[in-house]
Amino acid sequence: MFTKGTKRKFSDPGEEPASSGDPGPAAPSAAARTLSSSYSLQRQSLLDMSLIKLQLCHMLVEPNLCRSVLIANTVRQIQEEMTQDGTWHIMTQALAAAQCPADRLVATEVLCRQTDAAAQAGQSPKPFSVVGLQEGYHSEEVVMEGDVETEVTMSSLSPLSPQLSSASYLTGPFEVGPCWEEEDEEEDHSESSEPSLMSEHSRHPALEELFSDVDPSYYDLDTVLTGTPKMGPYDLLESLSSHGPTALSSSSSCRSDLNELDHIMEIIVGS
Amino acid sequence: MGEDAENPKINHTFLRDYVTEADVISTVEFNQTGDLLATGDKGGRVVIFQRETESKDELEEAGETGDSGEYNVYSTFQSHEPDFDYLKSLEIEEKINKIRWLPQQNAAHFLLSTNDKTIKLWKVSERDKRPEGYNLKDEEGHPKDVSTITSLRVPVLRPTDLMVEVRPRRVFSNGHTYHVNSISVNSDGETYLSADDLRINMWHLDITDRSFNIVDIKPANMEDLTEVITAAEFHPQHCHLFVYSSSKGTLRLCDMRASALCDRHAKLFEEPEDPGNRSFFSEIISSVSDVKFSHSGRYLLTRDYLTAKVWDLHMDKGPVETYQVHEYLRSKLCALYENDCIFDKFECVWNSSDSVIMTGAYNSFFRMFDRETGRGVTLEAWRESSKPRAVLRTRRVYTGGKRRRGDVGVDSLDFTKKILHMAWHPSENIIAIAATNNLYIFQDRVNT
Repeated sequence: MFTKGTKRKFSDPGEEPASSGDPGPAAPSAAARTLSSSYSLQRQSLLDMSLIKLQLCHMLVEPNLCRSVLIANTVRQIQEEMTQDGTWHIMTQALAAAQCPADRLVATEVLCRQTDAAAQAGQSPKPFSVVGLQEGYHSEEVVMEGDVETEVTMSSLSPLSPQLSSASYLTGPFEVGPCWEEEDEEEDHSESSEPSLMSEHSRHPALEELFSDVDPSYYDLDTVLTGTPKMGPYDLLESLSSHGPTALSSSSSCRSDLNELDHIMEIIVGS
Repeated sequence: MGEDAENPKINHTFLRDYVTEADVISTVEFNQTGDLLATGDKGGRVVIFQRETESKDELEEAGETGDSGEYNVYSTFQSHEPDFDYLKSLEIEEKINKIRWLPQQNAAHFLLSTNDKTIKLWKVSERDKRPEGYNLKDEEGHPKDVSTITSLRVPVLRPTDLMVEVRPRRVFSNGHTYHVNSISVNSDGETYLSADDLRINMWHLDITDRSFNIVDIKPANMEDLTEVITAAEFHPQHCHLFVYSSSKGTLRLCDMRASALCDRHAKLFEEPEDPGNRSFFSEIISSVSDVKFSHSGRYLLTRDYLTAKVWDLHMDKGPVETYQVHEYLRSKLCALYENDCIFDKFECVWNSSDSVIMTGAYNSFFRMFDRETGRGVTLEAWRESSKPRAVLRTRRVYTGGKRRRGDVGVDSLDFTKKILHMAWHPSENIIAIAATNNLYIFQDRVNT
């Protein structure tokens, strides 16, 4: 019934203790707790499923526009509902503050980050990919080889610094722009057509590989290597969290960052 | 209905154990007389079947009434080839999305076939004579040595074996940025429309380098896109009217006399949402996958994921009839969303008198609804359970209550066996059902 390849982890939002370091966002999490756990679980898995479906539309043949639009509308609908519940706010906080040491997250972050200062100023363009988003949620997890158990749970979130204004992204139109955006802008994407072809080849057949034991960092490298600012569905959440200050990283995770960086550079150079 | 079945089980590919993707039938269409039946497949091929006509005398001797000919292969040709869009670095599939016949005007037959991007007009003609006795060429067509020619003669036409020639007469290309989902020939016999996800164009059959854009729903900012066009059709009698359906479940009737660009509909047909049935999938299952005018031109038939609806052109508040095709799937929508089955596009058809409607389902089932009684029947297009000339049994999906023998449980339904494409003979009770790579033709002999 749930996404193929995902492992369901039982989590009851109602059980989240107020063990978070900061009593700040107490009201939203209270609202989240009143939601029936199975409903929010289902809704969350539907959101994840939809985002995966949208991401995988980059095939060799042009994606079916009708299907993409319907899926995007579904995501929008879920987002609106979650915004009303207040759970969306929590989710974006989780994303922004997540210092998940998982391969994928770090890889993208490290490669995209210009300077530490710039990142902390919130100018980091793509701190996280949403494939990693699934790790930010304890409810659903994509099982991949070398996966690192996420250490980010909603309860262990540190509060955001004041400059996080993800609310502005929440109220704006849902920018699940799209895979279909590229179909039309022929002139703009002419130079990026080559790299995108590369990525499509390397990701095709993408569906099976996504759920298999493919090294997740490799998968994200594609998005990084192409360099195209594909406003994929995950970019929404990236843009949501792009404000996210990465100031909360501890020194230990910085070191692991560098190790991952070496690993990633090997792959880049190797390919 | 459909009690006596003639089932040639025409499989125009030779017998295989597996189904090649290219052989999957993607469209089926009878011509206006019903003598010809065309199918298109994913490999870009078109196969035309012709009905065998037995002489009336033989029929009367046998005590049978009417034309009871079988359909046999008449011609096969490659309509579209795989293509590549160099600008976007994407392949263009050769799959035939739709075939539409033109009304016959002379001995030749014309049909339009389309893939995602290009529409082609084909001329199908017969040749049963050939000229013989040329002066300058020999029988094989090689030039003769002039010195051997001693006299002149007039070439004569001699009968030969029947040959069916199919030639492309027009190619309508570069009209669509998005995927063409419908084509419809106008009743004026001169124009036709082609619809993609965001635009509808009108073409003149003789002019290939120009088309008129009559509907454009592309938003200025593609990020604002929330609705696409799913099907379109011209009115069968009024050449100025056409209808198009959307992914939000709306129908728009447009009048081309009002303005050149028909972005503003003359009539909008929409059913108010049922708040009791609301779910995250409500919009997806409301998306209209097919729309067909009735032969009378008075009604519209639409198909969404779970139902088939009949609309009266005079009433835009909602459908006048709603038929549940497979309501038992409503509780399975999440799983069907996951495996993408929820995006399957089923077609729907009217019978010749507009008294019966038919549409497909899963597990090789298809459904027929009698509009007068409102009752539906489930039939199966599956070679294992039907033999030629056998009576089609009705099937049932078990949804509770007393279980009868032969009932199929919802969880045993095979969702890979979908009946998406079908056609109904324009004047008789003969139906053509496409089931993956097989074509089934059923005929009702009892009630002609």
